[in-house]
Amino acid sequence: MSAPMLLAQRVSVQLGETRALDQVTFAPVPGWTAIVGPNGAGKSTLLRSLAGLQAPDAGTVTLDARALRDWSARARGTQIAWLAQQSEASGELTVREVVHLGRLPHLGLFTAPRAEDDAAVEQAMHETECALWQQRRLHELSGGERQRVLLARALAVTAPILLLDEPTTHLDPPHQIALVRLLQRQAQRGCTVVSVLHDLALALMADRLVVMDHGRIVAEGARDDPALHRAFVDVFGGAIRIERIGGRWITVPQLETSR
Amino acid sequence: MSNLDRQRRLRLVLGLAALTALLLAAGLAAGSEGWSVGGLMQMLNSPDATLIVGQIRAPRTLGAWLTGALLGLAGATAQGLFRNPLADPYLLGSASGASLGVVLVLATSALAGHGISLATADVLSRIGLVSAAFAGALLGVGVTLTLARGAQQTVRLLLAGVVVGVVLSALSDLVTTAAPDALRGKQVFMLGSTGFLGWSSCVALGLGLLVCAPLSWRWSRALDALTLGEDSARSLGLDLPRVRIALVASLALATGLAVSQAGLVAFVGLVSPHLVRRFAPAPHGFTTLASAGAGGTLLLAADVLARSLIAPQEVPVGVLTALLGGGYLLWLLHRRRVV
Repeated sequence: MSAPMLLAQRVSVQLGETRALDQVTFAPVPGWTAIVGPNGAGKSTLLRSLAGLQAPDAGTVTLDARALRDWSARARGTQIAWLAQQSEASGELTVREVVHLGRLPHLGLFTAPRAEDDAAVEQAMHETECALWQQRRLHELSGGERQRVLLARALAVTAPILLLDEPTTHLDPPHQIALVRLLQRQAQRGCTVVSVLHDLALALMADRLVVMDHGRIVAEGARDDPALHRAFVDVFGGAIRIERIGGRWITVPQLETSR
Repeated sequence: MSNLDRQRRLRLVLGLAALTALLLAAGLAAGSEGWSVGGLMQMLNSPDATLIVGQIRAPRTLGAWLTGALLGLAGATAQGLFRNPLADPYLLGSASGASLGVVLVLATSALAGHGISLATADVLSRIGLVSAAFAGALLGVGVTLTLARGAQQTVRLLLAGVVVGVVLSALSDLVTTAAPDALRGKQVFMLGSTGFLGWSSCVALGLGLLVCAPLSWRWSRALDALTLGEDSARSLGLDLPRVRIALVASLALATGLAVSQAGLVAFVGLVSPHLVRRFAPAPHGFTTLASAGAGGTLLLAADVLARSLIAPQEVPVGVLTALLGGGYLLWLLHRRRVV
């Protein structure tokens, strides 16, 4: 799978009195990129802008060199899958019916599902381990189970670009690890995966990291990059430190330091 | 779909079909002196049978079902579109618009030459109550859409609907203050009535259902996607303003037709989708169509009861639907099953 090129150029977004994004330029590359930063840094706004859900006040977002707003909603939907930060999901749909909604960009409103759509749904449910309760309704599930279903819905789009806002919300540690492996598999298949993560230890498992603060990108690079680590620690006011244990980077809280 | 879901849906459809058949028969049998099958058989052999059953009871019975079906369909669409289980079909200003249309026609003679010009009065008196109610309902929704600057945002649409409802109701009250004679007619309209439904009403309502039901069903997948939230629905390639316009048009047509023929029948549009979801939770494709069936059955039941409870007098059918529907919703709330 080769992912189309998504590019945000000098994007600014004003939300009320707040400058949520301030001239941000970002071009996610194939692989898994994690966006980290303190609350209100502009992470979710950047992700929404990349998904075409937030119109920039200045700057442009392009997909394969064409402005995102010039793409038809459906064509854009087949290229970019998006998972919301906070699930608003409600209603009487079963797990399987929810995951099937991921095929909407391919089917439109009026076409019946084909064998390849069912196969994509099966695969997405298998990857997120929610096939067992596919006939249960969303409101009958726990928070973590719902999150896995909504993730399956995003995977069922089979889009080359995956934008995930806090995908680990409500997940227990084994399923957080399963999610990391899943994102790594998607990246190995050539997908461009961008996820906003508050769990910094998980973020440090991504191929690349983007550190944001006050609506700007303050650092961007591979997870081993020392300059990136310094920026990482700085935006959190020195409240964490990054250490390498067992071949992996982890964050450790600095309890004696306050912001 | 699981076997359990399939069974539930089948049971609901069969149950509604059986109830509808039973109530259609009861509707033909119910007369000004209560209802009995013996009385119906006796009357069918009389020379007046064609007039009473063929021209009065049959169209009224069928019209009641069609009106309820349109309201049920519109209710399910409104609740899906606004993602709110308390949304009802009158939410976008159609009810207050229809009410103003009716009041203006009723007050024409009193206002001619005073509040309105003679030429306007002439036009209004020619329009007739049914057309005025229909035009008023569409006008109410049109003003709501204009105020909301289209259908870009659900919240703006809802707020505009509430404001239009309040303003048009105030205008309607202003007209009745100037022309108190219109009050009685307005009251009949506000309480809802199936008593004036004839074959021409059935044709209009039937055609409306033939247009609105396939339209709502075809767009139901958009309502399913909206259960994930508006952003998620947009990310799935839905052109939300276009979806809203299509569904609001269906909503306006269904409500406008129902209101123009039978007045403001309360609670049918609100309760029918809840009834359907209670017995057979399903995606919107099934829920909208089954809500039409449930709405038809509910209004038909209310119509038969309205004719029979204190025969030869009639209880306004809107009072019964409010009691039946409101009672059911209260029971649901009590059991905490409202979703």
